[in-house]
Amino acid sequence: MTNELDIFVGNTTLIDEDVYRLWLDGYSVNDAVGLRVRSGILEQTGATAGVLQSDTMDHYRTFHMLERLLHTPPKLLHQLVFQIPPSRQALLIERYYAFDEAFVREVLGKKLSKGTKKDLDDISTKTGVTLKSCRRQFDNFKRVFKVVEEMRGSLAGNIQQHFLLSDRLARDYAAVVFFANNRFETGKKKLQYLTFGDLAFCAELMIQNWTPGAVDSQVDDMDVDLDKEFLQDLKELKVLVADKDLLDLHKSLVCTALRGKLSVFPEMEANFKNLSRGLVNIASKLTHTKDVRDLFVDLVEKFIEPCRSDRWPLNDVRLFLNQYSASVHSLDGFRHQALWDRYMVTLRSCLLRMYHD
Amino acid sequence: MPGKLKVKIVAGRHLPVMDRASDLTDAFVEVKFGNTTFKTDVYNKSLNPQWNSEWFKFEVDDEDLQDEPLQITVLDHDTYSANDAIGKVYIDIDPLLYSEAATVISGWFPIYDTIHGIRGEINVVVKVDLFNDLNRFRQSSCGVKFFCTTSIPKCYQAVIIHGFVEELVVNEDPEYQWIDRIRTPRASNEARQRLISLMSGELQRKIGLKVLEMRGNAVVGYLQCFDLEGESGLVVRAIGTACTLDKLSSTAAFLPACNSPSKEMKEIPFNEDPNPNTHSSGPSTPLKNQTYSFSPSKSYSRQSSSSDTDLSLTPKTGMGSGSAGKEGGPFKALLRQQTQSALEQREFPFFTLTAFPPGFLVHVGGVVSARSVKLLDRIHNPDEPETRDAWWAEIRQEIKSHAKALGCHAVVGYSESTSICEEVCILSASGTAAVLNPRFLQDGTVEGCLEPRLSWQPGFFSIGSEKGEVDFFPQSQDSSSLLGQEENLPAGCGFCHIPYDELNMPFPAHLTYCYSCRKQKVPDVLFTTIDLPTDATVIGKGCLIQARLCRLKKKAQAEANATAISNLLPFMEYEVHTQLMNKLKLKGMNALFGLRIQITVGENMLMGLASATGVYLTALPMPGGIQIAGKTPNDGSYEQHISHMQKKINDTIAKNKELYEINPPEIPEEIIGSPIPEPRQRSRLLRSQSESSDEVIELDLSHGKKDAFVLEIDDTDAMEDVHSLLTDVPPPSGFYSCNTEIMPGINNWTSEIQMFTSVRVSRLSNINLTNQTLNKNFNDLCENLLKSLYFKLRSMIPCCLCHVNFTVSLPEDELIQVTVTAVAITFDKHQAVQTTKTHVEKSLQRASTDNEELLQFPLELCTDSLASHPFSPAKEHLESASSNSGIPAAQRATSIDYSSFADRCNSWIELIKLKAQTIRRGSIKTTVSVEKASPLTEGHFRQRSAPACANSTVGVVKMTPLSFIPGAKITKYLGIINMFFIRETTSLREEGGVSGFLHAFIAEVFAMVRAHVAALGGNAVVSYIMKQCVFMENPNKNQAQCLINVSGDAVIFVRESELEIISAQQPVASCQPACSGGEIAT
Repeated sequence: MTNELDIFVGNTTLIDEDVYRLWLDGYSVNDAVGLRVRSGILEQTGATAGVLQSDTMDHYRTFHMLERLLHTPPKLLHQLVFQIPPSRQALLIERYYAFDEAFVREVLGKKLSKGTKKDLDDISTKTGVTLKSCRRQFDNFKRVFKVVEEMRGSLAGNIQQHFLLSDRLARDYAAVVFFANNRFETGKKKLQYLTFGDLAFCAELMIQNWTPGAVDSQVDDMDVDLDKEFLQDLKELKVLVADKDLLDLHKSLVCTALRGKLSVFPEMEANFKNLSRGLVNIASKLTHTKDVRDLFVDLVEKFIEPCRSDRWPLNDVRLFLNQYSASVHSLDGFRHQALWDRYMVTLRSCLLRMYHD
Repeated sequence: MPGKLKVKIVAGRHLPVMDRASDLTDAFVEVKFGNTTFKTDVYNKSLNPQWNSEWFKFEVDDEDLQDEPLQITVLDHDTYSANDAIGKVYIDIDPLLYSEAATVISGWFPIYDTIHGIRGEINVVVKVDLFNDLNRFRQSSCGVKFFCTTSIPKCYQAVIIHGFVEELVVNEDPEYQWIDRIRTPRASNEARQRLISLMSGELQRKIGLKVLEMRGNAVVGYLQCFDLEGESGLVVRAIGTACTLDKLSSTAAFLPACNSPSKEMKEIPFNEDPNPNTHSSGPSTPLKNQTYSFSPSKSYSRQSSSSDTDLSLTPKTGMGSGSAGKEGGPFKALLRQQTQSALEQREFPFFTLTAFPPGFLVHVGGVVSARSVKLLDRIHNPDEPETRDAWWAEIRQEIKSHAKALGCHAVVGYSESTSICEEVCILSASGTAAVLNPRFLQDGTVEGCLEPRLSWQPGFFSIGSEKGEVDFFPQSQDSSSLLGQEENLPAGCGFCHIPYDELNMPFPAHLTYCYSCRKQKVPDVLFTTIDLPTDATVIGKGCLIQARLCRLKKKAQAEANATAISNLLPFMEYEVHTQLMNKLKLKGMNALFGLRIQITVGENMLMGLASATGVYLTALPMPGGIQIAGKTPNDGSYEQHISHMQKKINDTIAKNKELYEINPPEIPEEIIGSPIPEPRQRSRLLRSQSESSDEVIELDLSHGKKDAFVLEIDDTDAMEDVHSLLTDVPPPSGFYSCNTEIMPGINNWTSEIQMFTSVRVSRLSNINLTNQTLNKNFNDLCENLLKSLYFKLRSMIPCCLCHVNFTVSLPEDELIQVTVTAVAITFDKHQAVQTTKTHVEKSLQRASTDNEELLQFPLELCTDSLASHPFSPAKEHLESASSNSGIPAAQRATSIDYSSFADRCNSWIELIKLKAQTIRRGSIKTTVSVEKASPLTEGHFRQRSAPACANSTVGVVKMTPLSFIPGAKITKYLGIINMFFIRETTSLREEGGVSGFLHAFIAEVFAMVRAHVAALGGNAVVSYIMKQCVFMENPNKNQAQCLINVSGDAVIFVRESELEIISAQQPVASCQPACSGGEIAT
């Protein structure tokens, strides 16, 4: 005797968090049943495998029906078919839009296109995240991207409003969208040590300071693109390394201030010009799209790796960067103080966050 | 022209994309009532159109207002081709037609399409201006209130309960009309939905007219059903109980209604023999009857005396049906005189209620049921549904005579049902024979106003006149004295006392003196279809008891088929009954409430499913055990087998007694007196079945002279029986289940409720089916379904599944469909509300609540020392351990006294050793469960505050099959919800197969019910019932179709906690708490 049809419909939709997790993780019904059996639920409840199978199927069916609504979370709130308490609705949405660290590191900065979607197979194999889950996460990125891409106002705010995510998750999505839009390279081997958290931190600062929205809150694309004018202006910083006098003066100011305070002072003194050239050149090249994409690669190559090879402690890096940006204010011949600050405040925080093993 | 209907279409949202090119929709709305149609403007290119239309006004008769639904169609405008329909909303405007209910319908309704399901929502406002019309020949019955609730609705009091109202209308089923061959499935479905809506409206109006005729103002326990007879047509029928209800405005108004009946009864002038002992006297001759004259208007028709002429002429085993002809001529005059009481003037003294005002129910006789197998033929003239009327009249007549045979003048908890397969139809009716207190049935004015029924039911009337002699109830000569006597009795046992004469019993029964009052006789078991009366005293908790049965039947046509079914029916009834009785014994209980026996007919089999709630009534004797006897005593191994089985059964009984906390105080035999030497038997069920003729086959369900509780296992069948007895697993700890409104023994409900519907369809794989495999399959199906429910709802523990309602259907040859609707209610096991009267019960109850969590541990710790009870001891220990630990010293003593089983004392020391550990474990468990519960309650609070904060979220609408909401008070009834939906698909696979299809549909039905309730301004549906869920599939064609019919009462409820705040501010307003039912049951 086989059950052709087996359903359970509650006036309040039953949501089993554990099964939801398994569903989100992309397990098939049978795999999910297996995992649940191993969790010892049968012993706890005295249920049979058949009961578990039926229960799992039922939850999966419910989630499948809810998925359509989860694509536009405000609909979940206003729909009449599933009566779900608000706290549960929030949980459903938050979990649905949550993503795996391993997965996001793979796609961060990639174009959210069909091409990337085809690579999901490889990503799945590499990260151990099921293909189904990869698809969901990728589609979430893409969906959020499409909705907020051309919207005015704060990026994270828009995401929060249209997808009803928590503050934290909305900011993470803002980072994902920002990276995808600017196509920052994050996949290189030497960048692998960076966590999503590091990159999201950088993205948030860049959104705050380097986008058109940082100066004008009424522009289109205010938070997703870098401020073109700003990038153009950054060329002016070149003088800091091109003008030998200025460079020497800068170096001496920094060295005077830091003498005796750094454990790596000799190395710093020896490397100052290289480091400074690196940082300023990165700025001056940002007008080229290619160089924008390589921003993080450049930061690691030109600054983080040299420091790391000389075993600078984090605190020395902090002292150096503080002094390095502050000293520019004492350079009389340099006129772009505001521009320098807009560039360096963000860069300094990013570098400090990225400076770890 | 007594009514103006006004409709405004405000807006739409979430509309589907109808224009692929623009991904948008150009929507407009047609509003139709009767033959008038209005249209809104087209709102171009939007999925969230804002029509904000003018008020569309329909000027209509109130007759139409009652019959017609308001039909709102949302369409997509198309310049070049025909406009595409997006979907429809049908709104029943009946709730606007009586003053106390809703005044406006306003809200978001799901737009429903029979092919695509819900497609967006539409915001509509509906109002009705009614003009008073005093035309006494009117055909409308505006103002009569309808309630599905099968008790007096919570914020009303019953002034008079008039009695049975019924009506049926028939029509051709649009699905079977010739035009169906050329129209689309959508058009056909919509025609059907609309027709049924119309027919329901008409039916309700006609019933309303009957109520007005009876001078009532409401119908309670209204149950409307559809019979899809296929080719032969569509029948919509309804039954209910006409009442005159008064709205309760304050506590003051409520209390008299509650308490007065017994006092008023004293004042009733009985000119009677005051001797209270008539009861035990010998059979009085019929002549004796003549010496008693009755005051016609106030006669009290209790009927426990031997003067019942009908009964005394009825053979013991007879069911007393159709015995009119046997009455001697001399008595007729007398009998006519006696028929003057209010009840007896009624054709059918039936009540669809299952719970009653205190004092209403005097005695309960037992279950009466009747079935009849009919061959369907085309209904030729829809305006004169005589055949169907006659069929039901016949069955009702039978029920009535059964009740009479039981010495009862009324039938309560009455219901009717059908099962149709091809052209064969089984009509069933059942109820509980009872003696009622006439106080509620009449007042001074009632007598004169019972005019003859109107002519639309000539059939009924002629029956009444032909068999006039049948329609009376002999009076008791000692009713007044009995009354006086009963007032001194402890409450709660009166209804158990037999209403029939013990020396002229309609069937052999084992009688003893009542265990509560010791004055009246009670039967050994009691089966009823009603809820447990609120004043009944029970011991322990109740449980769901089911009997399940299948019988194969040869495929046959027409007459032959009907004959085959009729021949099988008595055996089915007998076996279902035996199973029920055995299972009841196995649970150690002695009474069944809410009994519902469903017999379903299929192509090649018959299915019987009986559900009831077993309880231990203190008034009834302790049930005996079950004995197993073999037929071949010489076989040694066989003997051993038998004794093994016997032991298993005994153990199960002991275990169940512990589980359900049945610890009746032991009473020395001499107090009870020797049992009356009657052969024991197992039947309280009166039944009969008839086929197309008036011939009534009487069946004696007793087992002749042998001891009724001996199970003989001389063949495999009997082995099966025993096995099936033992395979029923009790619900996991923390779970209870019942099919009545409230669970006996649980009264501390908390507010979390979860109503659900679960459907399973099973395919029988075996081609060579036997009755045994079929039974096993069916049994497994039901058991697994229950197990699944327990698993699914485990987060609500401790909780109780209430009003568990199983429905079986056989949609195809090898398919069995089981549908369950129930509500899970959480309760607080720590704060038992102690309303019990006796010390014993108090301590027992306390012990029980305390040890609940302890019972969750199947302790292997202490089994070895007690070989004689391999199953039960562990729990016994726990119970006494907990009663020992959890109860203050004074109470502890009593609880030990009353739970004194010998082996417990023996293992006393082990108990004390165990104690520490058990308690520790128990407390851990408790904290866990609290943690589990908290997110839910938290969510619940948030969700409750939602409606207050404007339009942002959807308001929560609770649904429950019960008539109350735990922890809340119903402040207003907004009207009846009665909805019928059809859903069809031609892309079954794409919609997730049959499960996906039905899951979505049921969720949509819930949504539509909730939306209608919310639009009426309500926040809950009580007495919700899914009356029909007909599912048909054709996987090969990738098609499926489902019809669902649901009903319930839309209400507004207020949390008691909130109510306290309100009443603190406003001390005047406060009434009887809504959940009083829960408090009384112990």
